[in-house]
Amino acid sequence: HPCLDCCPHDPAPDKDYWKREIVFVDRPYHSHFEIPIKEFAVPVGVNPSGFLKSCSHEGQGGGSIDLNHGTTTLAQFRHGVTSVASAVSYIASKEANKVIEINPYLLGTMSGSAADCQYWERLLAKECRSVGALNKKRISVSAASKLLSNMMLGYRGMWLSMGSMIIGWDNKGPGLLCGNMFSTGSGNSYAYGVMDSGYRYDLSVPKAYDLAQRAIFHATHRDAYSRGTVNIYHMKETGWVKVSQEDVGDLYHRFNNVNK
Amino acid sequence: IMFATQVHGDNGKMKEYHYTGPVEHRFSPYSFNGGTVLAVAGEDFAIVASDTRLSEGYSIHSRDSPKCYKLTDTTVIGCSGFHGDCLTLTKIIDARLKMYKHSNNKSMTSGAIAAMLSTILYGRRFFPYYVYNIIGGLDEEGRGAVYSFDPVGSYQRDTYKAGGSASAMLQPLLDNQIGFKNMEGVQHLPLSQEKALQLVKDVFISAAERDVYTGDALRICIVTKDGIKEENVPLRKD
Repeated sequence: HPCLDCCPHDPAPDKDYWKREIVFVDRPYHSHFEIPIKEFAVPVGVNPSGFLKSCSHEGQGGGSIDLNHGTTTLAQFRHGVTSVASAVSYIASKEANKVIEINPYLLGTMSGSAADCQYWERLLAKECRSVGALNKKRISVSAASKLLSNMMLGYRGMWLSMGSMIIGWDNKGPGLLCGNMFSTGSGNSYAYGVMDSGYRYDLSVPKAYDLAQRAIFHATHRDAYSRGTVNIYHMKETGWVKVSQEDVGDLYHRFNNVNK
Repeated sequence: IMFATQVHGDNGKMKEYHYTGPVEHRFSPYSFNGGTVLAVAGEDFAIVASDTRLSEGYSIHSRDSPKCYKLTDTTVIGCSGFHGDCLTLTKIIDARLKMYKHSNNKSMTSGAIAAMLSTILYGRRFFPYYVYNIIGGLDEEGRGAVYSFDPVGSYQRDTYKAGGSASAMLQPLLDNQIGFKNMEGVQHLPLSQEKALQLVKDVFISAAERDVYTGDALRICIVTKDGIKEENVPLRKD
Protein backbone atom coordinates (compact mmCIF):
# COMPACT_ATOMS: atom_id res chain seq x y z
CA HIS A 1 0.00 0.00 0.00
CA PRO A 2 1.19 3.55 -0.48
CA CYS A 3 3.66 4.50 2.17
CA LEU A 4 3.13 7.77 3.98
CA ASP A 5 6.24 8.78 5.80
CA CYS A 6 4.36 10.63 8.51
CA CYS A 7 2.59 7.60 9.87
CA PRO A 8 4.82 4.54 10.01
CA HIS A 9 2.52 2.68 12.36
CA ASP A 10 -1.02 3.27 11.22
CA PRO A 11 -1.77 3.24 7.55
CA ALA A 12 -5.11 4.65 6.42
CA PRO A 13 -7.86 2.31 7.63
CA ASP A 14 -8.91 1.28 4.13
CA LYS A 15 -5.65 -0.09 2.75
CA ASP A 16 -6.96 -0.41 -0.75
CA TYR A 17 -8.21 3.15 -0.91
CA TRP A 18 -5.87 4.22 -3.65
CA LYS A 19 -5.96 0.93 -5.50
CA ARG A 20 -9.70 1.19 -5.94
CA GLU A 21 -10.59 1.31 -9.59
CA ILE A 22 -11.88 4.48 -11.05
CA VAL A 23 -15.44 3.71 -12.06
CA PHE A 24 -16.87 5.27 -15.18
CA VAL A 25 -20.58 4.98 -15.48
CA ASP A 26 -23.03 5.74 -18.20
CA ARG A 27 -26.70 5.52 -17.42
CA PRO A 28 -29.55 7.55 -18.84
CA TYR A 29 -30.00 9.46 -15.61
CA HIS A 30 -26.49 9.82 -14.14
CA SER A 31 -27.96 11.06 -11.00
CA HIS A 32 -28.38 10.85 -7.27
CA PHE A 33 -28.46 14.55 -8.15
CA GLU A 34 -24.72 14.65 -8.60
CA ILE A 35 -23.98 13.65 -5.02
CA PRO A 36 -20.40 12.45 -5.05
CA ILE A 37 -20.32 8.66 -5.32
CA LYS A 38 -16.68 8.52 -6.36
CA GLU A 39 -17.44 8.25 -10.03
CA PHE A 40 -17.06 10.58 -12.96
CA ALA A 41 -19.46 10.79 -15.87
CA VAL A 42 -18.01 10.07 -19.29
CA PRO A 43 -19.48 10.20 -22.76
CA VAL A 44 -20.40 6.84 -24.29
CA GLY A 45 -17.97 4.97 -26.45
CA VAL A 46 -15.42 7.75 -26.73
CA ASN A 47 -12.06 8.13 -25.18
CA PRO A 48 -12.58 10.98 -22.69
CA SER A 49 -9.43 12.85 -23.53
CA GLY A 50 -10.11 12.73 -27.27
CA PHE A 51 -13.66 13.91 -26.65
CA LEU A 52 -12.51 16.84 -24.55
CA LYS A 53 -10.01 17.83 -27.20
CA SER A 54 -12.74 17.83 -29.83
CA CYS A 55 -14.92 20.04 -27.62
CA SER A 56 -12.47 22.87 -27.70
CA HIS A 57 -11.90 22.81 -31.43
CA GLU A 58 -15.46 22.55 -32.65
CA GLY A 59 -16.56 25.24 -35.06
CA GLN A 60 -20.21 25.88 -35.86
CA GLY A 61 -22.91 24.15 -33.92
CA GLY A 62 -20.83 22.81 -31.11
CA GLY A 63 -19.25 25.91 -29.74
CA SER A 64 -16.10 25.82 -27.78
CA ILE A 65 -15.75 24.93 -24.15
CA ASP A 66 -13.03 27.13 -22.74
CA LEU A 67 -11.67 26.19 -19.38
CA ASN A 68 -9.87 28.55 -17.08
CA HIS A 69 -6.17 28.05 -17.30
CA GLY A 70 -3.81 29.49 -14.84
CA THR A 71 -0.94 29.59 -17.24
CA THR A 72 0.99 32.19 -15.41
CA THR A 73 4.14 32.16 -13.47
CA LEU A 74 2.99 30.74 -10.31
CA ALA A 75 5.19 30.76 -7.37
CA GLN A 76 8.53 31.16 -5.94
CA PHE A 77 9.62 29.49 -2.88
CA ARG A 78 12.74 30.38 -1.07
CA HIS A 79 14.56 29.43 1.95
CA GLY A 80 16.59 31.79 4.01
CA VAL A 81 18.02 30.71 7.31
CA THR A 82 19.39 33.19 9.75
CA SER A 83 21.72 32.38 12.58
CA VAL A 84 18.75 31.99 14.87
CA ALA A 85 17.63 29.03 12.83
CA SER A 86 14.33 30.49 11.85
CA ALA A 87 13.57 29.67 8.29
CA VAL A 88 11.72 31.93 6.00
CA SER A 89 9.74 30.84 3.00
CA TYR A 90 7.05 32.44 0.98
CA ILE A 91 5.09 32.37 -2.16
CA ALA A 92 4.31 35.13 -4.55
CA SER A 93 1.76 34.51 -7.21
CA LYS A 94 -0.49 36.05 -9.78
CA GLU A 95 -4.19 36.70 -9.50
CA ALA A 96 -6.27 36.37 -6.44
CA ASN A 97 -6.86 32.66 -6.53
CA LYS A 98 -3.63 31.02 -7.55
CA VAL A 99 -2.78 30.03 -4.03
CA ILE A 100 -5.09 27.60 -2.34
CA GLU A 101 -5.13 27.62 1.42
CA ILE A 102 -5.37 23.93 2.24
CA ASN A 103 -5.24 24.48 5.98
CA PRO A 104 -3.53 27.01 8.24
CA TYR A 105 -0.09 25.45 7.80
CA LEU A 106 -0.24 24.14 4.23
CA LEU A 107 -0.52 26.07 1.02
CA GLY A 108 -0.95 24.76 -2.49
CA THR A 109 -0.12 26.71 -5.59
CA MET A 110 -1.95 26.30 -8.79
CA SER A 111 -1.05 26.45 -12.46
CA GLY A 112 -2.55 24.66 -15.41
CA SER A 113 -6.26 24.02 -15.26
CA ALA A 114 -7.89 26.03 -12.51
CA ALA A 115 -10.75 23.61 -11.93
CA ASP A 116 -8.43 20.61 -11.59
CA CYS A 117 -6.22 22.40 -9.10
CA GLN A 118 -9.10 23.76 -7.04
CA TYR A 119 -10.92 20.44 -6.87
CA TRP A 120 -7.98 18.16 -6.15
CA GLU A 121 -6.40 20.50 -3.64
CA ARG A 122 -9.73 20.81 -1.86
CA LEU A 123 -9.90 17.03 -1.78
CA LEU A 124 -6.32 17.00 -0.54
CA ALA A 125 -7.36 19.32 2.30
CA LYS A 126 -10.02 16.81 3.32
CA GLU A 127 -7.54 13.93 3.21
CA CYS A 128 -4.97 15.89 5.21
CA ARG A 129 -7.58 16.58 7.88
CA SER A 130 -8.50 12.89 8.04
CA VAL A 131 -4.90 11.79 8.36
CA GLY A 132 -4.21 14.49 10.93
CA ALA A 133 -7.20 13.43 12.99
CA LEU A 134 -6.20 9.77 12.74
CA ASN A 135 -2.65 10.34 13.86
CA LYS A 136 -3.23 13.29 16.18
CA LYS A 137 -0.48 15.28 14.55
CA ARG A 138 -0.05 17.37 11.45
CA ILE A 139 0.55 15.65 8.17
CA SER A 140 4.04 16.27 6.84
CA VAL A 141 4.53 18.22 3.64
CA SER A 142 6.07 15.28 1.81
CA ALA A 143 3.18 13.03 2.79
CA ALA A 144 0.65 15.60 1.61
CA SER A 145 2.36 15.95 -1.74
CA LYS A 146 2.59 12.18 -2.07
CA LEU A 147 -1.14 11.94 -1.38
CA LEU A 148 -1.81 14.41 -4.15
CA SER A 149 0.44 12.66 -6.60
CA ASN A 150 -1.18 9.30 -5.86
CA MET A 151 -4.60 10.81 -6.45
CA MET A 152 -3.41 12.02 -9.84
CA LEU A 153 -1.93 8.64 -10.75
CA GLY A 154 -5.37 7.12 -11.22
CA TYR A 155 -6.17 9.69 -13.87
CA ARG A 156 -2.99 9.44 -15.85
CA GLY A 157 -3.63 9.90 -19.54
CA MET A 158 -6.90 11.70 -18.96
CA TRP A 159 -5.45 15.13 -19.59
CA LEU A 160 -5.76 16.58 -16.14
CA SER A 161 -3.55 19.64 -16.11
CA MET A 162 -1.99 20.60 -12.80
CA GLY A 163 1.31 22.23 -12.02
CA SER A 164 1.21 22.53 -8.31
CA MET A 165 3.56 23.07 -5.40
CA ILE A 166 2.72 22.12 -1.84
CA ILE A 167 4.30 24.38 0.70
CA GLY A 168 4.19 23.88 4.42
CA TRP A 169 5.95 23.65 7.70
CA ASP A 170 6.25 20.31 9.47
CA ASN A 171 8.48 18.89 12.17
CA LYS A 172 11.40 18.76 9.76
CA GLY A 173 11.19 22.53 9.30
CA PRO A 174 9.98 24.37 6.23
CA GLY A 175 9.56 22.00 3.34
CA LEU A 176 11.16 22.39 -0.02
CA LEU A 177 12.35 19.33 -1.84
CA CYS A 178 14.55 20.73 -4.58
CA GLY A 179 17.05 23.43 -3.83
CA ASN A 180 16.31 26.86 -2.46
CA MET A 181 13.79 28.10 -4.91
CA PHE A 182 11.22 26.85 -7.33
CA SER A 183 8.93 28.41 -9.83
CA THR A 184 6.24 27.08 -12.13
CA GLY A 185 4.07 28.42 -14.87
CA SER A 186 4.68 30.00 -18.21
CA GLY A 187 6.64 32.92 -16.82
CA ASN A 188 8.88 30.88 -14.56
CA SER A 189 12.04 31.44 -16.57
CA TYR A 190 11.77 35.19 -16.12
CA ALA A 191 11.16 34.74 -12.43
CA TYR A 192 14.20 32.46 -12.10
CA GLY A 193 16.42 35.03 -13.77
CA VAL A 194 15.52 37.81 -11.39
CA MET A 195 15.64 35.52 -8.36
CA ASP A 196 19.02 34.09 -9.20
CA SER A 197 20.54 37.51 -9.58
CA GLY A 198 19.29 38.80 -6.25
CA TYR A 199 19.20 35.74 -4.06
CA ARG A 200 21.48 35.19 -1.07
CA TYR A 201 21.07 32.57 1.60
CA ASP A 202 20.92 35.08 4.42
CA LEU A 203 18.50 37.56 2.90
CA SER A 204 16.52 39.53 5.44
CA VAL A 205 12.77 39.15 5.44
CA PRO A 206 11.77 42.54 3.93
CA LYS A 207 14.44 42.22 1.25
CA ALA A 208 13.21 38.77 0.47
CA TYR A 209 9.64 40.04 0.02
CA ASP A 210 10.94 42.72 -2.29
CA LEU A 211 12.93 40.24 -4.34
CA ALA A 212 9.95 37.93 -4.73
CA GLN A 213 7.76 40.83 -5.83
CA ARG A 214 10.28 41.98 -8.37
CA ALA A 215 10.69 38.51 -9.79
CA ILE A 216 6.97 38.07 -10.33
CA PHE A 217 6.56 41.59 -11.59
CA HIS A 218 9.20 41.16 -14.25
CA ALA A 219 7.67 37.89 -15.27
CA THR A 220 4.30 39.56 -15.79
CA HIS A 221 5.99 42.27 -17.79
CA ARG A 222 7.46 39.86 -20.29
CA ASP A 223 5.17 36.87 -20.29
CA ALA A 224 1.98 37.27 -22.26
CA TYR A 225 0.03 34.92 -20.03
CA SER A 226 1.01 36.40 -16.70
CA ARG A 227 -0.82 39.41 -15.39
CA GLY A 228 -2.85 40.81 -12.57
CA THR A 229 -1.85 40.90 -8.98
CA VAL A 230 1.02 39.62 -6.91
CA ASN A 231 0.14 37.88 -3.66
CA ILE A 232 2.83 37.13 -1.14
CA TYR A 233 2.39 34.54 1.57
CA HIS A 234 4.95 33.91 4.25
CA MET A 235 5.15 30.39 5.68
CA LYS A 236 6.09 30.47 9.33
CA GLU A 237 6.23 27.82 11.97
CA THR A 238 2.87 28.91 13.30
CA GLY A 239 1.26 28.78 9.90
CA TRP A 240 1.09 30.93 6.81
CA VAL A 241 0.51 34.67 6.77
CA LYS A 242 -0.67 36.65 3.79
CA VAL A 243 1.81 39.47 3.49
CA SER A 244 0.52 41.58 0.66
CA GLN A 245 -1.52 41.74 -2.49
CA GLU A 246 -0.53 44.35 -5.05
CA ASP A 247 -1.53 45.08 -8.58
CA VAL A 248 1.33 44.95 -11.07
CA GLY A 249 0.40 48.38 -12.39
CA ASP A 250 1.16 49.88 -8.98
CA LEU A 251 4.33 47.82 -8.71
CA TYR A 252 5.50 49.14 -12.05
CA HIS A 253 5.29 52.72 -10.84
CA ARG A 254 6.94 51.88 -7.56
CA PHE A 255 9.90 50.12 -9.13
CA ASN A 256 10.32 52.73 -11.81
CA ASN A 257 10.30 55.63 -9.40
CA VAL A 258 13.01 53.95 -7.41
CA ASN A 259 15.11 53.43 -10.51
CA LYS A 260 14.98 57.07 -11.54
CA ILE B 1 -29.17 21.92 -38.97
CA MET B 2 -25.53 22.72 -38.46
CA PHE B 3 -23.18 19.79 -38.53
CA ALA B 4 -20.24 19.86 -36.22
CA THR B 5 -17.75 19.25 -38.98
CA GLN B 6 -14.14 18.70 -38.15
CA VAL B 7 -12.82 22.00 -39.42
CA HIS B 8 -9.53 21.27 -37.76
CA GLY B 9 -8.72 17.63 -38.72
CA ASP B 10 -7.47 15.08 -36.29
CA ASN B 11 -3.95 16.39 -35.93
CA GLY B 12 -5.14 19.86 -35.06
CA LYS B 13 -4.14 21.48 -38.35
CA MET B 14 -6.68 23.16 -40.62
CA LYS B 15 -8.00 20.98 -43.39
CA GLU B 16 -7.29 21.86 -46.99
CA TYR B 17 -9.75 24.22 -48.56
CA HIS B 18 -10.90 22.07 -51.51
CA TYR B 19 -11.26 18.83 -49.68
CA THR B 20 -13.27 16.41 -51.80
CA GLY B 21 -12.94 13.14 -49.94
CA PRO B 22 -15.34 11.71 -47.34
CA VAL B 23 -15.90 13.85 -44.27
CA GLU B 24 -16.83 12.39 -40.93
CA HIS B 25 -19.88 14.04 -39.43
CA ARG B 26 -19.93 13.22 -35.79
CA PHE B 27 -22.87 13.83 -33.52
CA SER B 28 -22.07 16.61 -31.09
CA PRO B 29 -23.79 16.40 -27.73
CA TYR B 30 -23.47 20.17 -27.35
CA SER B 31 -24.78 23.21 -29.14
CA PHE B 32 -24.33 26.87 -28.43
CA ASN B 33 -27.48 28.78 -27.58
CA GLY B 34 -25.97 32.18 -26.95
CA GLY B 35 -26.92 34.67 -24.28
CA THR B 36 -25.05 36.94 -21.94
CA VAL B 37 -25.14 37.11 -18.17
CA LEU B 38 -23.81 39.79 -15.87
CA ALA B 39 -23.60 40.11 -12.10
CA VAL B 40 -22.53 43.03 -9.92
CA ALA B 41 -22.11 43.05 -6.15
CA GLY B 42 -22.58 46.16 -4.05
CA GLU B 43 -22.37 47.00 -0.39
CA ASP B 44 -25.78 45.59 0.47
CA PHE B 45 -27.18 44.42 -2.83
CA ALA B 46 -26.39 42.22 -5.78
CA ILE B 47 -27.65 42.51 -9.34
CA VAL B 48 -27.87 39.61 -11.78
CA ALA B 49 -28.92 40.47 -15.31
CA SER B 50 -29.28 38.47 -18.49
CA ASP B 51 -30.66 38.92 -21.96
CA THR B 52 -33.60 36.77 -23.00
CA ARG B 53 -32.65 35.63 -26.50
CA LEU B 54 -32.28 31.91 -27.20
CA SER B 55 -30.52 31.26 -30.49
CA GLU B 56 -28.85 28.45 -32.41
CA GLY B 57 -26.68 29.14 -35.40
CA TYR B 58 -28.44 31.74 -37.50
CA SER B 59 -31.89 31.18 -35.96
CA ILE B 60 -33.64 32.49 -32.91
CA HIS B 61 -35.58 29.90 -30.94
CA SER B 62 -37.15 32.30 -28.48
CA ARG B 63 -37.13 35.95 -27.54
CA ASP B 64 -38.32 35.32 -24.00
CA SER B 65 -35.95 32.86 -22.42
CA PRO B 66 -34.23 34.56 -19.50
CA LYS B 67 -31.07 33.08 -18.12
CA CYS B 68 -31.37 34.12 -14.48
CA TYR B 69 -32.83 31.51 -12.14
CA LYS B 70 -33.85 32.22 -8.58
CA LEU B 71 -32.34 29.70 -6.17
CA THR B 72 -33.10 31.03 -2.68
CA ASP B 73 -34.33 34.34 -1.26
CA THR B 74 -30.80 35.64 -1.31
CA THR B 75 -29.26 33.97 -4.36
CA VAL B 76 -29.78 34.12 -8.11
CA ILE B 77 -27.79 32.17 -10.68
CA GLY B 78 -27.21 33.14 -14.30
CA CYS B 79 -26.41 30.32 -16.73
CA SER B 80 -25.45 30.75 -20.38
CA GLY B 81 -24.08 28.38 -22.96
CA PHE B 82 -25.90 25.24 -23.95
CA HIS B 83 -29.54 25.58 -22.91
CA GLY B 84 -30.08 21.86 -22.32
CA ASP B 85 -27.28 21.73 -19.79
CA CYS B 86 -28.48 25.00 -18.19
CA LEU B 87 -31.91 23.48 -17.55
CA THR B 88 -30.57 20.22 -16.15
CA LEU B 89 -28.01 21.96 -14.01
CA THR B 90 -30.57 24.29 -12.45
CA LYS B 91 -32.86 21.33 -11.78
CA ILE B 92 -30.04 19.50 -10.03
CA ILE B 93 -29.16 22.58 -7.98
CA ASP B 94 -32.80 23.01 -6.94
CA ALA B 95 -32.99 19.38 -5.87
CA ARG B 96 -29.79 19.66 -3.85
CA LEU B 97 -31.05 22.87 -2.22
CA LYS B 98 -34.22 21.10 -1.14
CA MET B 99 -32.25 18.17 0.23
CA TYR B 100 -30.02 20.51 2.18
CA LYS B 101 -33.04 22.37 3.55
CA HIS B 102 -34.64 19.15 4.71
CA SER B 103 -31.48 17.78 6.31
CA ASN B 104 -30.19 20.96 7.92
CA ASN B 105 -33.35 22.99 8.46
CA LYS B 106 -31.88 26.09 6.89
CA SER B 107 -31.34 27.51 3.43
CA MET B 108 -27.99 27.29 1.77
CA THR B 109 -25.89 30.45 1.85
CA SER B 110 -24.46 31.90 -1.37
CA GLY B 111 -20.95 30.74 -0.55
CA ALA B 112 -22.16 27.22 0.16
CA ILE B 113 -24.10 27.10 -3.10
CA ALA B 114 -20.98 28.21 -4.94
CA ALA B 115 -18.84 25.52 -3.35
CA MET B 116 -21.48 22.88 -4.06
CA LEU B 117 -21.81 23.96 -7.68
CA SER B 118 -18.05 23.63 -8.07
CA THR B 119 -18.15 19.96 -7.08
CA ILE B 120 -21.25 19.29 -9.18
CA LEU B 121 -19.49 20.71 -12.22
CA TYR B 122 -16.25 18.87 -11.53
CA GLY B 123 -18.12 15.57 -11.27
CA ARG B 124 -18.44 15.92 -15.01
CA ARG B 125 -14.86 16.87 -15.66
CA PHE B 126 -14.66 14.39 -18.53
CA PHE B 127 -18.00 15.24 -20.09
CA PRO B 128 -18.58 18.80 -19.01
CA TYR B 129 -21.75 20.76 -18.60
CA TYR B 130 -21.38 23.37 -21.27
CA VAL B 131 -22.59 26.18 -19.04
CA TYR B 132 -20.96 29.40 -17.94
CA ASN B 133 -22.36 30.18 -14.51
CA ILE B 134 -22.39 33.31 -12.42
CA ILE B 135 -23.98 33.35 -8.99
CA GLY B 136 -25.07 36.65 -7.46
CA GLY B 137 -26.44 37.08 -3.98
CA LEU B 138 -25.88 38.22 -0.43
CA ASP B 139 -23.37 36.60 1.85
CA GLU B 140 -23.97 35.82 5.53
CA GLU B 141 -23.11 39.37 6.53
CA GLY B 142 -25.58 40.87 4.07
CA ARG B 143 -22.94 42.15 1.65
CA GLY B 144 -23.23 41.56 -2.05
CA ALA B 145 -21.33 38.56 -3.44
CA VAL B 146 -20.66 37.39 -6.97
CA TYR B 147 -19.14 34.00 -7.78
CA SER B 148 -18.03 33.23 -11.32
CA PHE B 149 -17.40 29.72 -12.68
CA ASP B 150 -15.89 28.01 -15.65
CA PRO B 151 -17.58 24.96 -17.20
CA VAL B 152 -15.68 22.46 -15.06
CA GLY B 153 -16.05 24.10 -11.69
CA SER B 154 -13.18 26.47 -11.01
CA TYR B 155 -14.60 29.50 -9.25
CA GLN B 156 -13.73 32.63 -7.38
CA ARG B 157 -15.52 35.43 -5.65
CA ASP B 158 -15.64 38.70 -7.57
CA THR B 159 -17.17 42.16 -7.33
CA TYR B 160 -18.49 42.02 -10.89
CA LYS B 161 -18.37 39.55 -13.75
CA ALA B 162 -19.77 39.14 -17.22
CA GLY B 163 -20.23 35.74 -18.84
CA GLY B 164 -21.63 34.35 -22.06
CA SER B 165 -21.34 35.40 -25.68
CA ALA B 166 -20.81 39.14 -25.14
CA SER B 167 -18.65 38.77 -22.05
CA ALA B 168 -15.52 39.96 -23.84
CA MET B 169 -17.30 43.22 -24.69
CA LEU B 170 -18.82 43.82 -21.27
CA GLN B 171 -15.98 42.83 -18.98
CA PRO B 172 -13.51 45.57 -20.01
CA LEU B 173 -16.20 48.22 -19.61
CA LEU B 174 -17.02 46.94 -16.14
CA ASP B 175 -13.32 46.84 -15.25
CA ASN B 176 -13.14 50.49 -16.09
CA GLN B 177 -16.39 51.73 -14.57
CA ILE B 178 -16.67 49.58 -11.45
CA GLY B 179 -13.08 48.55 -10.89
CA PHE B 180 -11.65 51.95 -11.91
CA LYS B 181 -8.90 50.11 -13.76
CA ASN B 182 -6.56 52.10 -15.94
CA MET B 183 -7.88 55.40 -14.74
CA GLU B 184 -5.70 57.92 -12.99
CA GLY B 185 -6.76 60.50 -10.47
CA VAL B 186 -10.31 59.27 -9.97
CA GLN B 187 -12.04 58.96 -6.68
CA HIS B 188 -13.00 55.39 -5.89
CA LEU B 189 -16.61 55.87 -4.84
CA PRO B 190 -18.58 52.88 -3.64
CA LEU B 191 -21.21 51.72 -6.10
CA SER B 192 -24.78 52.74 -5.28
CA GLN B 193 -27.70 50.56 -6.32
CA GLU B 194 -29.12 53.19 -8.71
CA LYS B 195 -25.78 53.72 -10.43
CA ALA B 196 -25.20 49.99 -10.72
CA LEU B 197 -28.65 49.47 -12.25
CA GLN B 198 -28.13 52.22 -14.79
CA LEU B 199 -24.70 50.86 -15.66
CA VAL B 200 -26.09 47.37 -16.22
CA LYS B 201 -28.78 48.69 -18.55
CA ASP B 202 -26.34 50.82 -20.54
CA VAL B 203 -23.86 48.00 -20.84
CA PHE B 204 -26.43 45.54 -22.18
CA ILE B 205 -27.75 48.07 -24.66
CA SER B 206 -24.21 48.37 -26.02
CA ALA B 207 -23.74 44.61 -26.10
CA ALA B 208 -26.99 44.15 -28.05
CA GLU B 209 -25.67 46.55 -30.69
CA ARG B 210 -22.66 44.47 -31.53
CA ASP B 211 -23.27 40.88 -30.50
CA VAL B 212 -25.75 38.91 -32.58
CA TYR B 213 -26.54 36.46 -29.81
CA THR B 214 -27.55 39.18 -27.35
CA GLY B 215 -30.74 41.20 -27.55
CA ASP B 216 -34.56 41.12 -27.42
CA ALA B 217 -34.99 41.98 -23.76
CA LEU B 218 -33.06 42.31 -20.55
CA ARG B 219 -34.14 40.65 -17.33
CA ILE B 220 -32.62 42.15 -14.17
CA CYS B 221 -32.88 40.53 -10.73
CA ILE B 222 -31.99 42.81 -7.82
CA VAL B 223 -31.18 40.95 -4.61
CA THR B 224 -31.43 42.86 -1.36
CA LYS B 225 -32.26 41.91 2.18
CA ASP B 226 -35.89 42.64 1.35
CA GLY B 227 -35.95 39.93 -1.28
CA ILE B 228 -35.56 39.67 -5.03
CA LYS B 229 -37.05 42.27 -7.37
CA GLU B 230 -37.29 41.72 -11.13
CA GLU B 231 -37.19 44.29 -13.88
CA ASN B 232 -37.57 43.93 -17.65
CA VAL B 233 -36.03 46.30 -20.16
CA PRO B 234 -36.53 45.95 -23.93
CA LEU B 235 -33.43 45.64 -26.13
CA ARG B 236 -32.83 45.62 -29.85
CA LYS B 237 -34.64 42.81 -31.60
CA ASP B 238 -32.47 42.60 -34.71
